[in-house]
Amino acid sequence: MEHAEEHGAAAAHGPMEQFEISPIIPIHVGGYDISFTNSAMFMVFAVIASALLFWGGTRQRTMVPGRLQATVEMLYEFVADMVKSNTGKEGMPYFPFIFTLFLFILFGNVLGLLPYSFTFTSHIVLTGAMAAFVFIGVTILGFVKHGFHFFSLFVPPGAPLVMAIGLFPLELFSYLIRPFSLSLRLFANMLAGHVLLKVLAGFIISLGLIFGWIPFAAVFAVTMLEILVALIQAYVFALLTTLYLNDALHLH
Amino acid sequence: METEAAKMIGAGLAAIGVIGGGVGVGTVFGQYMQAAARNPSMSNELRTFAFLGFALSEATALFALVVALIILFT
Repeated sequence: MEHAEEHGAAAAHGPMEQFEISPIIPIHVGGYDISFTNSAMFMVFAVIASALLFWGGTRQRTMVPGRLQATVEMLYEFVADMVKSNTGKEGMPYFPFIFTLFLFILFGNVLGLLPYSFTFTSHIVLTGAMAAFVFIGVTILGFVKHGFHFFSLFVPPGAPLVMAIGLFPLELFSYLIRPFSLSLRLFANMLAGHVLLKVLAGFIISLGLIFGWIPFAAVFAVTMLEILVALIQAYVFALLTTLYLNDALHLH
Repeated sequence: METEAAKMIGAGLAAIGVIGGGVGVGTVFGQYMQAAARNPSMSNELRTFAFLGFALSEATALFALVVALIILFT
């Protein structure tokens, strides 16, 4: 800690300061703070990056794709295949939403791994909002499509009546906990990963030149793990959204 | 006892719950490896479930970690 302050660098006193949201363009409207923050800036970056990727990848449209087009096609087919095989044909109208969700979280997670950047998916307010959209949207969809028959989702098929009465509150509870687990999973993974990286990086400074290479190797390995976790968490969010959608569309 | 000390002890105890995640993730991937070794043609189908199981198990471990962080920082 003393080394950082000696060199006049921005003295960060802990691993949690990297998650602070600071306004870049302060905007106050009628008592509400709707400033353009660093979190919002990185969300804009994520959207621009994914838009550029897809614009660049679909420009040439050759039969034998080049690298960029192949990447774009692989991403598209990956998510389209996941949605198609989990929800069938009825779920494909929702594919743009799930694809957008997947790309937003993917680019958000990966952009957070760059030095001096900000991981906007490491805030529960954002992951909670996305999970709330998914949960409310899927529940409304279920009620619109099935009416009150939607509650048969909570009664496992082929269960005797006595067990079904006992299982109904349990199933209802595990359904209601879905937005929390969905948001908390992504948030906690990103938070834990970046806190770990920061703590290990602090060790590099404090151990100095001679032994500093040990935590450096650890940071290198953990960064590789974090890249994997970033990809997996984006995939899992999209996959679980697809599975919840399938539950709402086809009750069992 | 000081609040700060109690927070640290509480966070340390809460973080013990993460061990369940370690067991879970190891089980999931170990079973995936066994299944893929028995029937390599199914390995692509099973990979979806492997990652799904990994994420769900990891999430439970991270719930314990989040409790530890809540104790530590609020």
